[in-house]
Amino acid sequence: MNRLASAKPWLLSGPALLLFLVFLLIPLVMTFLLSFNSFSFYGGIEESYGLGNYIEILSDSYFYEIFLRTFLIALGTTILCVLLGVPEAYILLRMRPFARSLMLLVVLGPLLISVVVRTLGWSILLGNKGVINEFLIRLDLISSPVKMLYTSGGIVVALVHVMIPFMIIAVWAALQRRDASAEQAAESLGASPVKVFTRIVLPQAMPGILSGSLIVFSLSASAFATPAILGGRRIKVISTTVYDEFLNTLNWPLGAAIAVLLLVSVLVIMLSWNRLVEKRYSGVFE
Amino acid sequence: MNSNGKYSLIFNGLFTIFMVAPLVVVIGVSFTPTGYLEFPPSGLSLRWFRAILDNPDFIDAAWISLKLGVCSATVSTIVAVPAALAIGRERFLGREALQALFLSPLTVPTVVLGIAFLRLLSLLEINGTFIGLTLCHAIIITPFVLRLVLSSVVGIDQSIEKAAVSLGASGWVVFRRVTLPLIMPGVVGGWVLAFITSFDELTVTVFIVNPSTTTLPVRLFSHITQTTDPLIASVSTMVILFTVALMLLINRFYGLDRLLMGESR
Amino acid sequence: MSFLEIKALTKRFFDMTAVDDFSLSVERGEFVSLLGPSGCGKTTTLQMIAGFEDPSSGSIILNGRNLSKVPARKRGLGIVFQTYALFPHMTVEQNVAFGLEMRGISGDDRRQKIANALDLVKLSHLAKRFPKAMSGGQRQRVALARALVIEPELLLLDEPLSNLDAKLREEMQLELRRIQQDAGVTTLLVTHDQSEAMALSDRIAVMQNGRLMQIGTPFDTYESPKSSFISNFLGKSNCLDARLISTGDDGAKLDVNGIQITGPAVNLLPGKVLISLRPERIDIVDSAEGVLPARVLERIFLGDQWLFRLETTIGNLLVVRRNRGRREAEPGETVHIAWLPEHLRILPQSQENVA
Repeated sequence: MNRLASAKPWLLSGPALLLFLVFLLIPLVMTFLLSFNSFSFYGGIEESYGLGNYIEILSDSYFYEIFLRTFLIALGTTILCVLLGVPEAYILLRMRPFARSLMLLVVLGPLLISVVVRTLGWSILLGNKGVINEFLIRLDLISSPVKMLYTSGGIVVALVHVMIPFMIIAVWAALQRRDASAEQAAESLGASPVKVFTRIVLPQAMPGILSGSLIVFSLSASAFATPAILGGRRIKVISTTVYDEFLNTLNWPLGAAIAVLLLVSVLVIMLSWNRLVEKRYSGVFE
Repeated sequence: MNSNGKYSLIFNGLFTIFMVAPLVVVIGVSFTPTGYLEFPPSGLSLRWFRAILDNPDFIDAAWISLKLGVCSATVSTIVAVPAALAIGRERFLGREALQALFLSPLTVPTVVLGIAFLRLLSLLEINGTFIGLTLCHAIIITPFVLRLVLSSVVGIDQSIEKAAVSLGASGWVVFRRVTLPLIMPGVVGGWVLAFITSFDELTVTVFIVNPSTTTLPVRLFSHITQTTDPLIASVSTMVILFTVALMLLINRFYGLDRLLMGESR
Repeated sequence: MSFLEIKALTKRFFDMTAVDDFSLSVERGEFVSLLGPSGCGKTTTLQMIAGFEDPSSGSIILNGRNLSKVPARKRGLGIVFQTYALFPHMTVEQNVAFGLEMRGISGDDRRQKIANALDLVKLSHLAKRFPKAMSGGQRQRVALARALVIEPELLLLDEPLSNLDAKLREEMQLELRRIQQDAGVTTLLVTHDQSEAMALSDRIAVMQNGRLMQIGTPFDTYESPKSSFISNFLGKSNCLDARLISTGDDGAKLDVNGIQITGPAVNLLPGKVLISLRPERIDIVDSAEGVLPARVLERIFLGDQWLFRLETTIGNLLVVRRNRGRREAEPGETVHIAWLPEHLRILPQSQENVA
């Protein structure tokens, strides 16, 4: 009886476990091992193990620049998502149910639409002869087009569009549990709308902001489609570099090493962020 | 219910424009009668929608994406439902590790997953095959199914199942007649979300397709990186319309907020 | 042998004993309540009878059949859960039909039984409704019909009225009693609500800390509680420390805070005791007939009655007085109180003076 009781959950999750073992854990381990192999242009991947790829990456300012750019783009995206997403989530929560469900379609809907399609929209908007530049020239605000496509800034704008639903969802989840009468209480005690927001709403939204930031940052740091389409050949980030190593240069071991570094840095950032958040907020929010 | 002030409404309006603009632009461009991307279009023409029919590449890719979405969402649902029952119901050693494993594809950067799958599939010599694609997509989308099914499993009042047992139902009958119908919203919601995720997937797929299994996002991506003509916009418009139709359907029967934000009502 | 025999039932979770040596006999057709505060073990006892928990030791024998090795689904008991546990995806009719289906009853026989069950709970007109579209009281009836339609040997009710509002709860108490008697089914009710237990049951079994403390008819249990816990749990009670001086055929002599009073004879040794006096047994009277003077500290008007808190030389006392539409004493006034000695209950303070 007892033995059966302990076998049951493993039987139930057996199929999923098998799938994840063969198609997730084994390939990840293989990729990790691959990153220690070496590569020659004529001989392909060689069955030798060494830290050569890592030394190459860490000693080359070219890769250094790519890593720095990637994390700066991710940081910029995260900050903009907080600045726009938090007020928007709060506004959404205060809407009447009908308007709210309509706005949710607008805000969350893009999440379900292909990133390639959304990025195409941004490339049409941001180009030198794109919608925004043409519009600004017609208003005589600028005389010559501002370069937005193929810049890090353009990538950040499009990434904000892609990532902001995640921030809104996280903040929404945190604020939904709040007692809305606390805001009325603050108002009755004489707080202005701005004070209500900064002193009452923001602290309650904080757990959501922190977890949303983590999601947005890690997804932005590993984003591929948006930087690949809007960055062109010159503005490379980690994922597009990995892509090039694998499918153009065919130096798989080097690509694998870059990918492993990306994975490790994302994991390190996640774990230290979580630890920070736990320390700061342990016990404050149930 | 609180109402928003003037500035809030202005902010909301600008935000809406920001969210909708790229999609509106894509749809607008696709109606151009000219041979280049222009917005607003100088006229209304279906020229580039007709052009889709002359490009079997896109139509084939769309079929592959549809089939892939259906197959991988189904595989993922079949393995995730029992796993969710185990994780949501039973108390056993390793339960949390198992849950972390099944949710881990959300945290591993997709590009890492892409090369890992490429490495495995090429060693198994099934790279670029439909079955390989299906199983890899199943990995990526299982977290979505698991989360939704899990939240509906946890939401069940267990005394409902006890009631069925007390009335004489055996374990299998309880599952088929009571448990399954009760978690069905989560299962269906999870399947749909998984389907859409698979249908849109680019980063992983771009590593593991071959010319005969190229999916729609991959086809669009490689087209955009080579040329930009209004054809890409008209195909994208079709993708938008298809997704919006699915979205409205979900919203009608399940609630988009519930699908994306978990149980909120 | 009784219809239901529970013998020395015990349930231990790790180092905690939830149910401790619990024995109970229930006659066929009887309605017995397990009454106690939350955590007293009453729900665990019910779960063991239902077959959802395995007892650590002891036995449950229903109509001569030992249930210990019988799985829950083969015990054939009707259970009404606290949350009703209706199948939300089935109509009322389908909910009621489920148990019959599991027994392979079909056709006219099934239809007839469903019709009878719905008739019994007066829900025939809502057969096609889904539970979501029903009120709490209606759901409660569906749950009853579903449990009764399988003609169980034993009906288990787990806090069945706790999710209803106060007014509906009173209505359902009468209704539940009628249905139980119409169906003639032996019933075990688990509740923490003393008024519910008293209104419904033939006998009440009071539990505390996993043990059965007292069993008897509602009247006897209310009138002669065996401990201060029970006297406080069933209704309100004034409990005071006292010293038993002597007891004999002419009654007991007690000393309460230096005041000599008398009470009924008891089977206790002289020494420290507790006395318990129900608020409704204390009367406010003219000074000539009074036993003690008292000062009104506060009074609360409850519609049909007044509740007074009085300060006396033996301690503060609660007194309930029926509202007779007359002026009553106000806070600060001095009144005189009296009670009949036989209404006093003398309880052991600890085990030491139990004779």
